[in-house]
Amino acid sequence: MIEIKNLTKSFGPNLIWEDVSLDIEEGETLAVIGKSGSGKSVLMKHLNVLLYPDSGEVLINGLNVFEIRYARLRKLRQQFGVLFQGAALFDSITAYENVAFPLRFFSEFNDDQIHERVMESLKLVNLADIGKKTPAELSGGMKKRVGLARAIVMKPNYLLYDEPTSGLDPQTSDEINDLIINMAETLEITSIVITHDMHSVLRVADKVAFLDKQKLSWYGTVDEMRQSTHQDLRAFIKASEYTI
Amino acid sequence: MQLFVDVGRYCRLIYEAIRSSTEFGMYWRNIFIEMVKTGFDSLPIIILAGFFTGAVMTIQTSYQLVAGFIPPSTIGSIVSQSLLIELAAVISALVLAGRVGARIATELGTMAVSEQIDALESMGFNSVTFLVMPRVLAGIFMFPVIYVAAAVAGMSGGLLSGYMTGAVPVADFMLGARQVFSPADVSFGIIKSFVFGYIITSISCYKGYFATGGAEGVGQATTQAAVLSCIYILVADFVLAFLLL
Repeated sequence: MIEIKNLTKSFGPNLIWEDVSLDIEEGETLAVIGKSGSGKSVLMKHLNVLLYPDSGEVLINGLNVFEIRYARLRKLRQQFGVLFQGAALFDSITAYENVAFPLRFFSEFNDDQIHERVMESLKLVNLADIGKKTPAELSGGMKKRVGLARAIVMKPNYLLYDEPTSGLDPQTSDEINDLIINMAETLEITSIVITHDMHSVLRVADKVAFLDKQKLSWYGTVDEMRQSTHQDLRAFIKASEYTI
Repeated sequence: MQLFVDVGRYCRLIYEAIRSSTEFGMYWRNIFIEMVKTGFDSLPIIILAGFFTGAVMTIQTSYQLVAGFIPPSTIGSIVSQSLLIELAAVISALVLAGRVGARIATELGTMAVSEQIDALESMGFNSVTFLVMPRVLAGIFMFPVIYVAAAVAGMSGGLLSGYMTGAVPVADFMLGARQVFSPADVSFGIIKSFVFGYIITSISCYKGYFATGGAEGVGQATTQAAVLSCIYILVADFVLAFLLL
């Protein structure tokens, strides 16, 4: 379980958000929504401590992640798989090697076992025939899927998705949404999806956190969101040109 | 104010690199890759720069030493000693500030702005050990090799241009070079190249690692890495000459 308690973050004089508190239950999929610049990705980067807050805590199974030493933090980070907005694939190696990358350094597997695990991950994202293509040869959707395969290859407990459908056509976005649902169900992973794509939110999320006006403006289940009269949330959904 | 921020972050990066060096064994392959990129791949440009530096210096020295009572071997002495003490190390460092420094800053800068460094960290890697340490160590190890290559190429250039222009016969050039040769000069050049290797790679790693702002940010980081490396090479050259000669 992830507990975010009274988290406040600013960059220099610019306050991003303050006093953010929410819980993410095991196996749950939380969507964090909000306008561009509302600090969604910043919040995500606090969960695996790529950023430190000004104040507040993130507890993972009761452990405050901001207080642990770097060596232990690196072990903790391996419990997280992250799909970055641009996939963040290493462009000097092939897509296959990108997926195999963490296994080569952090597992005791031999080459056959690594191959087996990589193919298992690639099959889960429907890219078993990716071969020796480099990231430059892949489409946006394929890059995201390879990024997702790399994120799940170490069998993490938590999956963080940063704008998984941004820049993709509706059909490819749907494929990514299907994968997010599939990951959560097949691997029983706790997922946090950073997005402003309401279609994606309604398809994949159990709960929704709405960041707005430098705070957690609204937090609840998808059903509660459908019935919410929260003015800013409704305005955001309306601006997304999505009817619920 | 920004200067203090830069110095603090640079020191912090180097401290992190040294502190985490115990786990460097995990990434030892990276250093060989970087040694090839920094050293072996730079040899053509270094040999070219060294060769022409020696060639031009021989012609210019012979032009300046017009008095008949100065023996031609003096040209060999001046050219060889200048190359060993100063030019082989400094010219190669200035050339590599552009070639190696720009490459490192661009590579790391692109990784930084495309979240590849974040991806490394989130997988559990120590990105400083993985990215910075191999590049800095490769610079420290390979620059002395580059210095030797530049010095040999410079001598060859001087010898050949002296012979072809008739400024100094080969035997006289060699005699002059042998007369002033001192192992201490080579040691001085090697110490310089160690320091220059560290300066170029560490500054370029720093600028690339902390690059922000997309393609423009990477461009700025690359330019700053090359310019700052050149400035600190010249400053370090003066300090080392003052301290060691």
